[in-house]
Order: sequence, then structure tokens, then C-alpha cells
Amino acid sequence: MKRDILDRLVAAKEAALPVALVTDLNSGLQSLVYDDAVHGGFGLEPDLLDEVRRRIRQDRSGLLTDPQDEDGFKLFVHVHNPAMRLLIVGAVHIAQALAPVAALTGYDVTVIDPRGAFATEARFPGTKLSDLWPDEALAALKPDVRTAIVTLTHDPKLDDPALIAALRSPAFYVGALGSKRTHALRLDRLRDEGLSEAEVKRIRGPVGLSIGAVTPSEIAIAILAQITCVRRGENHPC
Amino acid sequence: MNDTLMADNIVEQAAAWRAAGRKVALATVVATWGSSPRPVGSQMAVDNAGSMAGSVSGGCIEGAVAHEAAKTMEDGEPRLLSFGITNEMAWEVGLACGGQVQVYVEAVE
Repeated sequence: MKRDILDRLVAAKEAALPVALVTDLNSGLQSLVYDDAVHGGFGLEPDLLDEVRRRIRQDRSGLLTDPQDEDGFKLFVHVHNPAMRLLIVGAVHIAQALAPVAALTGYDVTVIDPRGAFATEARFPGTKLSDLWPDEALAALKPDVRTAIVTLTHDPKLDDPALIAALRSPAFYVGALGSKRTHALRLDRLRDEGLSEAEVKRIRGPVGLSIGAVTPSEIAIAILAQITCVRRGENHPC
Repeated sequence: MNDTLMADNIVEQAAAWRAAGRKVALATVVATWGSSPRPVGSQMAVDNAGSMAGSVSGGCIEGAVAHEAAKTMEDGEPRLLSFGITNEMAWEVGLACGGQVQVYVEAVE
């Protein structure tokens, strides 16, 4: 790998730009494919370029081979997408366990809580914090299909606006802490706010896989296990 | 926090080692069949001081890949390695990986 390619790849990852490193396994030549540009050792035909960009959107690394000719081109597409994001609403005790466990798993974590005493650097060392109201924070952070959102405050004034914003976003996971009874009351309130049945059904609640979790750390593990299951676990009940 | 556990930061590690003046090779899983333990795109960086970061299997083939990576660091030639980890072999080396993987090894210039 040429230094120039490696440096550009590291820079793209640092800037959270989606990029694919395409390697011709026959020659060793490499090119970087961005959303709007290509840089490197060889050009790509328009249909191959389209396929590489499709792979970036699907987050799917793998080989591309010439369907016409077994000995033809053999390209390896290595997709480097920005980290998946986890937005935690409520800088509570469970969040103090969930934030580091999610970071260890590779998530880019932001903890949202407008109550100043909760979202402090001392309680969340090294974690991104937002003191905006949850609906404003979510509007600013623009959740996408690579974003998971969990509400943990137990306070409808904070959780409900967050859930409404979350359900109207393409976030791949929306979870809400609360017992079955709390959750049923919550769904009633959200229906009253005009959310459809299909929308409220997207909420995972009570949040987390059912593993008998009791302590804040165990609940954090159950939540991250459920997020992992939704992301990866085709054919697994989550 | 241990950065080498974080997902997908092996190219950063390779760049850091190279910037420190070491020889570096990158190994990448480009194809898998069966129950291989690490998915396509998994990476391991190796330097000429014997440091390793990341993994390309569950510990079954890292030693062999590091050996080939040393050759690539010497001659600069990329290598495409195939490992068919049969159950029988897995038994011999005392690991239960199974599956087949293809690993591309390249030097960082």
C-alpha cells in the first residue's frame, strides 16, 4: 500500500467520510473511492464504480470478480464507513455503564441530558455530551440508518420528545427503559401525540434482551446485546 | 481503553508504526467460506519489531500470517494466502476455528 493511499484513508476515517479502498489483487494497485471522487492507482469503469458505491451504502466489503472471465479482474472492496452511533438520552447510572461498553464495541457515543448535574465530564469521562433538550439534540445530530437511540430518563418530559424524534428518523434501533406497565402508558401517550401503531411498535421496550439483568452494568449489557442482535442477528429473535 | 479492541482501527495503527520508521505489513481477510471466525474486512497489522494488532481469525492462523507478512516486509511483494482450516487440522493445532479464509498481505511503503 502506498503511503499516500494509507494517509488519505486515515484522513477520510478521521473526517468520518465513507470511503472504500479498492485493491486489484492481481496487480496490487489500489484506489480510494469516495462519494464524489476517486483517487489512486487505477480508474474504474462506471458500472464498477457504481457497484463499489453501492457496497459502501450497504456497508459490505468483499470481492468483485469479472462475471465474463474467471481470470479477469479480481477486486477487493474494503468499505470503511464512519463508526455506528449510539445516542443515549438520560445521563443516568445505566448510561455510565452503557457509554463505555458501547464505545468498546466501536460505537460513537453521545449522551444527551439537559439537566446539568447529570451530564458531566466527571460522570462520563471522554464521552461526547449534549445539554440540549432531547428533541433539539436529535434534530442537530440527525440520526441515520447507522444510529441507535436509547432513552433512559424514566421522565416522560425528556423521554417522549426524544422518542417522537427518534421514531421519525431512520435510526435502526430505538429502545426505551421502563417496565411493561410504564411502557404501555408511554405507548398510549405517543399514540395521543399522533404516532401510528407501526411507529410506536418500533420501540424496543422494556429495553434490552431478556437475560435477567439487575444491576446498571448488566442492563447496559442487555441493551448492547439487543442493539447487536438487531444489527447483526438475522433470524435471531431480539 | 485498549484501542486495539476498538472496531476497525488497524490502518491507523499501521500508519502510526510506519510514521515511527518501522517496516509494516497489513493482512486483510478478503474472502471467507463456512464458519470462519472473523468476517471479510478483518485486519491485522504486523511490524518488523514483532508487534501485532488486530486479527484475521480466532487465533488459528495469525502465526502463519505473521510469518508470511515478514516475507512481504522484506521483498515488498503482496501475497494472497489461502487457509482451509479443516476440522482435522483444527484438532491438530488444538483450535476449533473451522471454515476457510483468504488473506491478502501487503507491505506499507
